[in-house]
Amino acid sequence: MIHALLTGFGSALAPENLLFAVVGVLLGTAVGVLPGIGPAMTVALLLPVTYNVSPSAALIMFAGIYYGGMYGGSTTSILLNTPGESSSVITALEGNKMAKGGRAAQALATAAIGSFVAGTIGTVLLIALAPTVAEWVVVLGAPSYFALMLLALLAVTTVLGSSKLRGFISLALGLTIGLVGTTTGQARLTFDNPLLADGIDIVVVAVAIFAVGEALWVAAHLRRRPLEIIPVGRPWMDRTDWGRSWKPWLRGTAYGFPFGALPAGGAEMPTFLSYITERRLAGRHRAEFGKGAIEGVAGPEAANNASAAGTLVPLLAIGLPTTATAAVILAAMQSYGLQPGPQLFEAEPELVWTLLASLFVANTLLLVINLPLAPVWARLLRIPRPYLYAGILFFAVLGAYSVNFQWFDVALLSLFGALGFAMRRFGLPVLPLIVGVILGPRLEEQLAQALQLSQGDVSALWSEPVAVIVYVVIAALLLAPIVLRLMPGRQGPERLEDQVDALEEEVRS
Amino acid sequence: MGRAHERHRGTPARAVLAAALVAVLGLTGCGVTRGDEGGENRRLRMMIPNSPGGGYDQTGRAATRVMESSDLTGRFEVSNVIGASGTVAMQRLVNERGAEDLLMTMGLGVVGATYTNGSDARVSGATPIAQLIEEQEGLLVPADSPFATVQDLVEAWRADPGSVRVGGGSSPGGPDHLFPMQLADAVGVDPTEVNYIVYDGGGPLTTALLGAKIDVGTSGLGEFEGQIADGSLRVLATSGEERLDGIDAPTLVESGIDLVFTNWRGVLAPPGIPDAVRDQHIALLEEMHGTPEWQEALEANGWVDAFLTGDEFGEFLVEQDERVAGTLEDLGLL
Repeated sequence: MIHALLTGFGSALAPENLLFAVVGVLLGTAVGVLPGIGPAMTVALLLPVTYNVSPSAALIMFAGIYYGGMYGGSTTSILLNTPGESSSVITALEGNKMAKGGRAAQALATAAIGSFVAGTIGTVLLIALAPTVAEWVVVLGAPSYFALMLLALLAVTTVLGSSKLRGFISLALGLTIGLVGTTTGQARLTFDNPLLADGIDIVVVAVAIFAVGEALWVAAHLRRRPLEIIPVGRPWMDRTDWGRSWKPWLRGTAYGFPFGALPAGGAEMPTFLSYITERRLAGRHRAEFGKGAIEGVAGPEAANNASAAGTLVPLLAIGLPTTATAAVILAAMQSYGLQPGPQLFEAEPELVWTLLASLFVANTLLLVINLPLAPVWARLLRIPRPYLYAGILFFAVLGAYSVNFQWFDVALLSLFGALGFAMRRFGLPVLPLIVGVILGPRLEEQLAQALQLSQGDVSALWSEPVAVIVYVVIAALLLAPIVLRLMPGRQGPERLEDQVDALEEEVRS
Repeated sequence: MGRAHERHRGTPARAVLAAALVAVLGLTGCGVTRGDEGGENRRLRMMIPNSPGGGYDQTGRAATRVMESSDLTGRFEVSNVIGASGTVAMQRLVNERGAEDLLMTMGLGVVGATYTNGSDARVSGATPIAQLIEEQEGLLVPADSPFATVQDLVEAWRADPGSVRVGGGSSPGGPDHLFPMQLADAVGVDPTEVNYIVYDGGGPLTTALLGAKIDVGTSGLGEFEGQIADGSLRVLATSGEERLDGIDAPTLVESGIDLVFTNWRGVLAPPGIPDAVRDQHIALLEEMHGTPEWQEALEANGWVDAFLTGDEFGEFLVEQDERVAGTLEDLGLL
């Protein structure tokens, strides 16, 4: 296997293939940066090149686009509070706060290095596990996914913020936005408008709430409040930053890879679970969450890159695409007459190992290209405020339009931008809303599917071992604080958290 | 709010870069191969009713590429108009009444979508140009399924319709949904009792089949070639008039079921265009159909040639419209 991999490296580093890898990661980073256009659409639009170039060159480029896209989304999340992809929405939460505190370069660096670490570990796992675990991933069915998503949704209650009521209002708003569409076969909140039939794209919602909402907020306060000057800050990560980043990188990888490999896992769930975990485990840095904690960038960024590697496991091993990008890459392979599956490793060893080696190459290229740029991008924030926000708005509109190429999405962007403004005005946290939009529809889909498969028999929900385990975990999480509180002379962890939240609130006001 | 968008003087270099990228992507996507010289020098627009990489997109872009590279016409501007399984694009086609430079790639899925989404823009109301291809549907089962033939499936279905879980890659009104409903009807099972589960395309459907979460999958077979070749999925029957090359399975008719069902794709123009323009469009597609490049595209994508033009295609559309409406009405979905 080592020999095969070395041969793969030999081929991946050949000038032509290396060139395609560079083009791929640059394109990927660029589309990751632009909200709306994602790697899936880019690869689809580039499908015609498969008529002119060799299979390995095309696949290397597509893999570069995929990895680059996963990384690129973080740059605008951090700098402009404008997430380029749904998988980098969480990054904006802490990353943009860090940028405003003069730590943009550190946030970008931890994202770049974290993506590299996660992508590399993920690729090693891909090579080691692809032939064996692939059979296993199809065992999980709707009941297990439903349980996992329920767990994730319950975890939100821990990040509702100081006012649980405001948190639940935000969550309810998110779940309501998630209801829009006809995916269940019934039109809900579509107001007879076919443009709403497919639901509202998460990128439009996130960009509106984060970027447009904030631009309006800043505009509303420009005259009354003196401009907060963004401090310049140091260009690189220091020892403390490294110390606080490496564990979140590894934990993020541990979340991202399996979720990527699972057919209904995706890249959003692990970023979100990683964020909550880091917040829980932050210890004395916990108070920094919400104000720019580096752990909150390192973990989710590692998670989304690891999930990209995970996605390739079922794709290469059993020809099963689990994301839109993977589906288009599969179409590209088929147009060459290649059929992913167990036989691919035997039939086309050279191609497979070249592709795998090129993943390492793409990852390294991303680091080499992006790390030196981190301090350069960070200087973008020194653009005078009115110009900066005008730029952000331009960017947000462009992104919203390019999701479906409909002006309607720009109208939605304005509407949700106003909502984002109102949420800031009334102190509603944004994370529960985003989680509601992402998880709500998927939770419902899995529940409906599980019940339909069992013809309405509710016991099907705990018919899979994984589901049972998850429910036990949920029960333990719910019961633990109560038990702890009942024990005399002990203060439950929840109470402690409440105190910290109260402190946070005091500091804020 | 909207006014603020105009002020992009301070646009960061990044956004400019991104805008340039969009332009580049757009151009690459259109497959620009040559300038305006040669051909008829006509510039046409091709509307695609789903996202890049989808079925209509592949067919539409393959057709425009062949027309451009064979110098049959000038450059095509290809645009994806996404929404409600094609209803949004269909509405736009009807709204551009009389537009002489507009074509739209569409297919069976759009017919059903206009009904399930409650739109008035019917495919039979547009100007028919040509049907290009058809794809057979297949009945897929996991390798260790108890069903060895279609008859086994039909027996189980008749005994207890709800117990047979049927999964497909399209929402109600789409080909993967219409096929099992018409099949049920043909074998004497009440379509309203069919337990049909929607999966979001071929990927999730493959997962469900491999994990034996469903008993039968209905879908075009292109996305399953790998699994069929390595034996992890079996095909009980295909839905066309003739057997499919490379698939070792009988047709439904050979299995004693009187049903021929095909998913098809074709090209429409807006209503209200002059006959001369319509004939010009038809002639263009006829020329395209005759090129060796198109035959190569058919082969590369596993599409079955099914070329119909003009009035013939128009009659077919009316027939399809009625048939789909009938099925959906029986199901209580209208």
